[in-house]
Amino acid sequence: MTDSTASTLSRGRFRLFPQQLSGTAVAGILIAIFLMAFLILPVAQVIYVAFLDARTGVFTLQNFQDFFNTSLFRESFANSFYVSAMSVVVATIIALPLAYITTRFNFAGTAAIQALGIIPLIMPPFVGAVAMSLLFGRNGTINLLLNQYFGFRIPFMEGLSGVILVQSVHYFPFILINLSASLRNIDRSMEEAAQNLGSYGMRLFRRIVFPLAMPGYLAGAALVFIKVFDDLGTPLLLNVNTMLAPQAYLRITGVGINDPMGYVISFILVAFSVFSLWASFLFMRGKDYATVQKGGGGLSRRDLKTSEKWLAWGVIGVILALVLSPHLGLVLLAFGTIWSFSPLPDGYTLQHFTTIFTQSSQYVWNTLMYAGTAAVIDVILGSAIAYIVIRTKLPGRKWLDYMATAALAVPGVVLGIGYLRMFHTVELPFGLGKMSSFWGIIIVALAVRRLPYALRACMAALQQVSLSLEEAAESLGASRTSTLRRIVVPLMTGGILAGFVTSFATAAVELSATIMLVARSSDAPLAYGIYLYMQSPAGRGPGAALGILAVVIVAVGTYLSQRIIERERARQTMTGNGQH
Amino acid sequence: MKKILTLSATAALLMSSAMAFADTVTVVTSFPRDMTDPFKSAFEAAHPGTTLEVVSRNTNAAVAHLKETRSANTVDLMWASAPDAFEVLKDEGLLAKVDVQSEGIPDAIGGYPLNDADGTYFGFAASGYGIMYNTRYIAANDLPIANEWEDLMRPEYNGHVAMSSPSRSGTTHLTVETVLQGEGWDEGWATWKWIAGNMNTVTERSFGVPDAVNSGATGFGIVIDFFGLASKASGFPVDLVYPSVTAIVPANIGVIENAPNQEGAVKFVEFLLSPEGQQVLLNPAIMRLPVNPKAYENAPDGFPNPFADDFAPDAIEFDVDMSGERYNLVNSLFDVLVTYRLNDLREAVAAVQKAEAKHANGGNDEAAALIAEARSLIEAMPITEAESLDPSFTQVFTTSRAKPETEVMGRQAEVEQAWDSFAVGNYRKARELAQRAASL
Repeated sequence: MTDSTASTLSRGRFRLFPQQLSGTAVAGILIAIFLMAFLILPVAQVIYVAFLDARTGVFTLQNFQDFFNTSLFRESFANSFYVSAMSVVVATIIALPLAYITTRFNFAGTAAIQALGIIPLIMPPFVGAVAMSLLFGRNGTINLLLNQYFGFRIPFMEGLSGVILVQSVHYFPFILINLSASLRNIDRSMEEAAQNLGSYGMRLFRRIVFPLAMPGYLAGAALVFIKVFDDLGTPLLLNVNTMLAPQAYLRITGVGINDPMGYVISFILVAFSVFSLWASFLFMRGKDYATVQKGGGGLSRRDLKTSEKWLAWGVIGVILALVLSPHLGLVLLAFGTIWSFSPLPDGYTLQHFTTIFTQSSQYVWNTLMYAGTAAVIDVILGSAIAYIVIRTKLPGRKWLDYMATAALAVPGVVLGIGYLRMFHTVELPFGLGKMSSFWGIIIVALAVRRLPYALRACMAALQQVSLSLEEAAESLGASRTSTLRRIVVPLMTGGILAGFVTSFATAAVELSATIMLVARSSDAPLAYGIYLYMQSPAGRGPGAALGILAVVIVAVGTYLSQRIIERERARQTMTGNGQH
Repeated sequence: MKKILTLSATAALLMSSAMAFADTVTVVTSFPRDMTDPFKSAFEAAHPGTTLEVVSRNTNAAVAHLKETRSANTVDLMWASAPDAFEVLKDEGLLAKVDVQSEGIPDAIGGYPLNDADGTYFGFAASGYGIMYNTRYIAANDLPIANEWEDLMRPEYNGHVAMSSPSRSGTTHLTVETVLQGEGWDEGWATWKWIAGNMNTVTERSFGVPDAVNSGATGFGIVIDFFGLASKASGFPVDLVYPSVTAIVPANIGVIENAPNQEGAVKFVEFLLSPEGQQVLLNPAIMRLPVNPKAYENAPDGFPNPFADDFAPDAIEFDVDMSGERYNLVNSLFDVLVTYRLNDLREAVAAVQKAEAKHANGGNDEAAALIAEARSLIEAMPITEAESLDPSFTQVFTTSRAKPETEVMGRQAEVEQAWDSFAVGNYRKARELAQRAASL
């Protein structure tokens, strides 16, 4: 194919498009247009204010100088960095044992753990913080009991520690899912070869297994770092405002204030997140993690000795108790009558569920539609971008990756305001009204914000599919499309589904961009419904009940997709074995 | 074929759903469902065929939304507590002047005019400010009930108080401004700093305070009255006290300029001001003070009546113009001196309280002098009241709307940085002095 394009060039005739655009190039251009229209331009509309002098509207860098001169902002930057780094550390401590135990050993609870691993992600943001405050706060369940019987309290939720705790518990699934997927994809033969050469146990893990699992770990760690760095809901709910994201939000959404600092902070948030991602790219570049044989089955699994079994169950029990504590708190809140200054609610009732069932069918339907469509869009775009970046030599493909991943660095409120500014003058056909109040824009916002997750999952999956498999297919006469359809995509299924699940689960509970774009309560998804309920004293019970509903729906969806993954994997292994 | 059918069915569905909103009144509001639902049902019952569509945003976000969508407006009404937000909307030309028929509503309540003089917004309910407390919490910690703002400054309340920030909550801003106007600039700020020294948190949204008191995370919260009253009516073990220095301020509704359904919007406003609408306010989930004095005849026992002679006898006449002039400046001052430096302030205040407890019986002049100096350092303000009303200062915070002939001194970031170093330095020095006094 390269030969024909070269000869076209050398013919010297004038053509509007000098080369014939291949299918991948067209796809790349369309994706680029989508990202420009729905990510880059709206954000630019909001952020360019940072470069303007507040009084004269003239271009200036003075605002940035002010930022670095202000001790409050320097401290906030340091705090944000510290919290993000510590959250990655704590999340790793939580995820690593779980991932290792479930992929390395024949462990009875594996399926349950893998399914439970996604549950922390599907907690609507502020509800999780409220529930954890009720359990771990100053006068929460644990501290009240500790104080009553032992006379002391543990400051779980004070200041930055509270943020770190809530964030690690909320985001560790990113590391768990990606790490498990990587560990599963490592070929048994690597391990056997090492064992043949005398390596075993910790040494084997440290020098063979963990390095091969690096793509998964780094993908997860980078995601967690950036999500925590940009996260607004948790610090706001815990009233920690000396961090960058809350500072930006507070200054942008003030009444009657046009404080350029809010926009400066937004720009810095975006820039720093992009920089962190670039740094992790650099680290990963040039390292080939593909394993050629796809004999399937991943790491060989050992059986556990009884004492090891007890230890494993113990570790997993503690971790799961911590990780599911927000949900426990949520359940207590949903069924409780009054919960005030006591370890448990005063009484229990089904009243809250009755209240919401009459009012929430619209929310459920909206959520399923928005999150489902957004996840499908993400997976399609993610696989396409992954393929273009890793397998083709199109000019500017790296920028496609950067643009898509930059969505991670954009605070939801900035995207929301950007959409409002760009689209409220656009009238849609078929009497659908203005684009900015059309419910479709919510789907686009969710898709754009969740695209990086799907993209990372697809890229990690594609990185582990060796090029030689595709070349083998092409040398046997398959066209590019055929190869993609029958070789590459099936081999990527695990990663694609992981991406779908993360996109769906997090889109179902997203609030910060949604809240700016919901025009009518009939268009509202579950997270917005919960937000409405949680604004009043009598609404906490119904709000929590609605939160439980959201968790259940997404959990069911996740479980179903896990089953499909397992079935696909079993089918592939069997076919593989059958051919030997 | 199937695809075409599905597509055309979807299109038809969308078009019909677009048409179904023919007689809709759209209101953007910061009020919770507990409040909008009863009004929605009552209004739709009184005007069959009309639907009330509620868009929920907190006050700041609602103002931002209205500004963003100014040229292609989809909202008919703005419905929120804080009059300041309505002043901002009025200044921006976003409110329409309408003629509203209402009966039995006085012109003012507690000295505060109920409606905008130009007819752009109308007061439909009133609120006062008070101290909400959790009965179980104070029983467990053996604390007395606080009846006045000054009580909250007492050392035994250290770590047991919460409030929101004026920049985050229109109602908190009004509370802060009320004390500043009632006690004077310097004394008012001193009061706030000593109270803040006893706080364990400054919440991001106004509902965070009653939420914290309800759940028992904190003992005392400074709230707008209906939060306390509604929480109590929901069954939480809490109660509300009105201090003598309080202000009664109306909650408002206004019609937006270029409203898609101005007629329907005016009907809704008239409904709110009608005797029927005023009765809805007495609903236990709402608990706001009606502005029609007759409505109190049906009120339950113990329901506060702002028209009664014995209600908040020292209530001040709130000067809304003064408040408007220094609105952003007060927000910024509070945040820089209190919210962002809460830990430093708390340490300084705790040190002074400890030193005072040690030397409660007097006798040590040197210690007394150190303590007095520490106190004045904590209470020191970077600007005077005159400066707070001087446009060259206040317009630093609204430079985009500054009048061209005004000389504005410096940039907001610069000014805030200067105040920040002022505060940090003072609090640290005060703490050191107090610690020295305690060791004497």
